[in-house]
Amino acid sequence: MTRFNALKTPLIVLALALLILVPADLTGFGIPWGGLKRYGIYILSLWLVTSIAAMGVNLIVGYAGQETLAQAAFLGIGAFTSALLLKAGYPFFVVFLLAGALAFLVGIVLGFPALRVQKHYLAFVTLAFTVFMWLVIRNEDWLTGGVSGMDVKRPVILGVSTKPGLTFYYLILAMTAVLTFALRWILNSPWGRAFTALRENPIRAESLGIDVRTYILLAFAIGSAYGGFAGALYAPLVEFIDPAPFALGPSLLFMLMVVVGGAGSFAGPFIGAAVAVLLPEWLRFAEGLYLIIFSVIVMLMMALCPTGIVGLIERIFTPARRPHADDKGPVLKEAK
Amino acid sequence: MADFLQLLIAGIATGAIYALAAIGFTLLWQTSQTINFAQGEFVMLPAFFALAAMKWGGAPFWLACLVAVAMSLLILGVAFKGLIVDPLIKHGAMPLVISTIGLSIFLKDGVKDAYSAEAQPFPAIFPDRLIEILGVKVSLAQIGVLIIAFGVIFVLQWFLGGTRIGRQMQATAQNPTVARILGVPVERMILYTFLINAALAAMASLLISPIYLAKFSSGETLGMAAFVAAIVGGFNQVRGAIAGGIIVGVLDNMAAVYVSTAYRQAVPLVLLVLIILFRPQGLLGRKEERAV
Repeated sequence: MTRFNALKTPLIVLALALLILVPADLTGFGIPWGGLKRYGIYILSLWLVTSIAAMGVNLIVGYAGQETLAQAAFLGIGAFTSALLLKAGYPFFVVFLLAGALAFLVGIVLGFPALRVQKHYLAFVTLAFTVFMWLVIRNEDWLTGGVSGMDVKRPVILGVSTKPGLTFYYLILAMTAVLTFALRWILNSPWGRAFTALRENPIRAESLGIDVRTYILLAFAIGSAYGGFAGALYAPLVEFIDPAPFALGPSLLFMLMVVVGGAGSFAGPFIGAAVAVLLPEWLRFAEGLYLIIFSVIVMLMMALCPTGIVGLIERIFTPARRPHADDKGPVLKEAK
Repeated sequence: MADFLQLLIAGIATGAIYALAAIGFTLLWQTSQTINFAQGEFVMLPAFFALAAMKWGGAPFWLACLVAVAMSLLILGVAFKGLIVDPLIKHGAMPLVISTIGLSIFLKDGVKDAYSAEAQPFPAIFPDRLIEILGVKVSLAQIGVLIIAFGVIFVLQWFLGGTRIGRQMQATAQNPTVARILGVPVERMILYTFLINAALAAMASLLISPIYLAKFSSGETLGMAAFVAAIVGGFNQVRGAIAGGIIVGVLDNMAAVYVSTAYRQAVPLVLLVLIILFRPQGLLGRKEERAV
């Protein structure tokens, strides 16, 4: 146990409290805080949605030790499923579950190549899948609206309209919390431990009786489902979707934010998503230069601390005298 | 039939350029296990070195081309190895992959901000005049591209197989530890690989930019083509990358006419997935033996 670990539970409670209170107008309770403005709430919502998708990537990359460059495609599957079904008048929670389920099924199909090929080849297969999905979204106008995109209405849930930004934010926060604890539960279950065993040493895992094939497929399917869930929230959040956010570039970005945040650590995706979503806002003064600054930060980060920001924080909080066996690193440290 | 032959020749010409980029890609992979996600941007950039030399330095075209090659060797070769690959390689593949993704964003947006976001016309080395051979219309530019690209490939093959340094480079690629024991200066050989990759990227850039214009974002398509070419041909074989490049170039041109323009990009990708699933070592590649 490091000092960092001892702080974990209070930190999570504090973070959750802040996420609930900060965007809200608290002046009615005698606290001089007017809450976040519309745009601030939108950015915070976007960060949570991005975190959900990044959690899925983290399961596949950080825990199961596979590679995926397809998360933006699954975000797209979720987004268009929810856009089309919401328009057809289905209730939100049904739509949300269906979006996740569809991504889960496609994830299983995409996971099959993972059984045959290793590592980087898998990245290439998922890369091809992303480009293919993007082409479909762009070209099949009758379904997706093509390059001109389609409008999405925010849903009405149990008679409550989620049109106001703050209401929809709380919906997203609730879904994020549910998905976060679900993933935590999965990872602490025997299943989750099998994922980690798979990453550490697939051959040994197999010899211990773990059905490697099933677990790789499961990791892929669950991780992809998180992409689908995120997409189902993303479409009504931005209220308009076109092919751009589901292209290859954003898919690479998901991978990038997970590794920069800290692959294989639970907080990693949230921190990585914060870097990818919030940093551009802080770098607004630099206008067009923001991507350049962002990419330099990423390259420096990888050179100085390849275990990501979480690794950096843990290094600071861990007493230096114990070069203990690191249980978080192997994905990154494993020699070529 | 004449149309088909014309498409075939155009496809082989672009394919030969893709092959240049794909060879560099496989060489880096073989000698240093570097998967360069910025390879497309490496092909995009040298054209802008040349354009910048002409615009701001007032250099004539031939000098600008030399400047482009020299800058590529320096920046895409020496600096890329020293600043990005060397500090990261010891941490394994993943941080390096992420870093080259970062690098590709950096180069793309750097060019966009420093030069222009618009597609730039690029002077052609050969005149674009059509000649007719046996009823098939071929442009001189295509023939020029074919001659240069295959000339470069031929010289490279001779260098790798026929010279002492080339054979030392191959030894380094096959087994660095044994190569070191045998007295091969492994570090220097790896540097040579990066220089060759940079030179090939520069050649590809100067050849493809007159055809597709020089644009900051063109690295995405070029990188994808190089990627697919390298894997289809065989990740660990130079001649695989050549075959892969030509296959991708021809498929690309044929698909636009015979399949659909909308799904043109998907055709090489379908090939990629089929190859990965059923012949992961590539058409001409050897199986990689892996230690447990």
